[in-house]
Amino acid sequence: MLLIHCPHCGRRPELEFTYGGEAHVARPLDPAAVSDDDWAAYLYSRKNTKGVHAERWRHTRGCGRFFNALRDTTTDRILVTYKAGERAPTGETP
Amino acid sequence: MPRQKFSVLSLLWKSLGQHRGWREQWRRAEPKAEYDAVIIGGGGHGLGTAYYLAAEHNLTRIAVLEKGWVGGGNTGRNTTIIRSNYLFDESARLYDHAVKMWADLSQVLNYNVMYSPRGVMMLAHTVHDVQSAKRHIHANRCNGVDNEWLTPEEAQAYCPPLNIDPGLRYPVLGAALQRRGGTARHDAVAWGYARAADALGVDIVENCEVTGISRDATGAVEAVETSRGLIRTRKVGVVAAGNTSVVLGMAGVRVPLESFPLQALVSEPVKPIFPCVVMSNGIHAYISQSDKGELVIGAGTDVYTSYTQRGALYINMHTLEAICELFPNFRRLRMLRNWGGIVDVTPDRSPIIGKTPVPGLYVNCGWGTGGFKATPGSAHVFAWTLAHDEPHPINAPFTLERFRDGHLIDEAAAAAVAH
Repeated sequence: MLLIHCPHCGRRPELEFTYGGEAHVARPLDPAAVSDDDWAAYLYSRKNTKGVHAERWRHTRGCGRFFNALRDTTTDRILVTYKAGERAPTGETP
Repeated sequence: MPRQKFSVLSLLWKSLGQHRGWREQWRRAEPKAEYDAVIIGGGGHGLGTAYYLAAEHNLTRIAVLEKGWVGGGNTGRNTTIIRSNYLFDESARLYDHAVKMWADLSQVLNYNVMYSPRGVMMLAHTVHDVQSAKRHIHANRCNGVDNEWLTPEEAQAYCPPLNIDPGLRYPVLGAALQRRGGTARHDAVAWGYARAADALGVDIVENCEVTGISRDATGAVEAVETSRGLIRTRKVGVVAAGNTSVVLGMAGVRVPLESFPLQALVSEPVKPIFPCVVMSNGIHAYISQSDKGELVIGAGTDVYTSYTQRGALYINMHTLEAICELFPNFRRLRMLRNWGGIVDVTPDRSPIIGKTPVPGLYVNCGWGTGGFKATPGSAHVFAWTLAHDEPHPINAPFTLERFRDGHLIDEAAAAAVAH
């Protein structure tokens, strides 16, 4: 079980959290204007990174808030967590 | 070199020499500079694809590249359940194609894959489960797939260890039984295909990791770069399960996949006690007994994406709690070992089998938590796809483009398995 550092509450066991999938997937501002390929990419394509992965977690059984984490998917080690809306330490836009 | 045929007579004959006279079942091949087709991934699906390419489509220069050892990925890590009771027409055709091929696979390969159609029973614990199971049964029958409804008493008669006490937190209200469903020996499937493919001249190259895919000026595949050198080829079939995103990324192809750990565990071996396969999707547990006597237990995936081939202990605890409730006489069994495999999950929980936007590059992926059952059928239609450069009618609906075009085969809710 992972020990996850909620940016609001501190370190808590994984059971308090819900996984939210890849972070920084931005919904197109005007869905009607994007191509079918781009819309499908937004809906379904995921980086599925083997290595450092930016992902969302929700402290469901705690403060209830979403936040982001960088986790190495080859070791499951969480490198850093940061609040939703903040820029990822890897430079990805929020 | 012709393969050594296994038969009662050959076994008796070799026994006279204390079985020292057998050759290796497949060659330890060195990669050549060029092939007609290269399969990336030496699991059941990949080895099977190479076998059918050689056996049915007369391709002679084929290589299977495996970064580890044959059958060391999900083929050797799954709970070996075989069934075809999927809801939608497309899925029923695909999975039933495989179940029909399991029936005589041992004879075709001259290798005992120990296919045992002992019946797969899926439990219903709520009114919704009952309605959903009956809908599946009717849909399956319309597609020529056997499936029948059992009352709790009939379910217990079919599987005596089952607890049907109505006082359970999640009581057994009935079950859907597919009698043709069952299990097979997972390693034997990989080994059988490897041996049969090798006998047809396929090079099976282990410890050979693909590190890049080269494309020519038109964008078509021209070679794969590997840890053992460059291999030229115009056809590449990617059958890399949890690592598919990584391999396809080398050719710039993005796929709607996420890789999750899926765990399984086995108990200490005991005498035959469990006659069938039982699945409970409502409370997340699958169980059968191997011919060695171990109870083979599986559940849903872990919650987060990972490539670690291990998962969280609480997932196993959750499964074992369900097992102990349904089969109280297993409560004092000790668990022998547990492990994880990395499964590639699509948004609609159906596989992707077909062409990619890159000419010469084909993919067979997205089997998620249930690929083993489809091994022969999947390999058969994928070999067809590679040979004809177009999908076989059975896998035609399972394109990569269905996500763009909105033609999902949404077994996510319908497959009635724990995801």
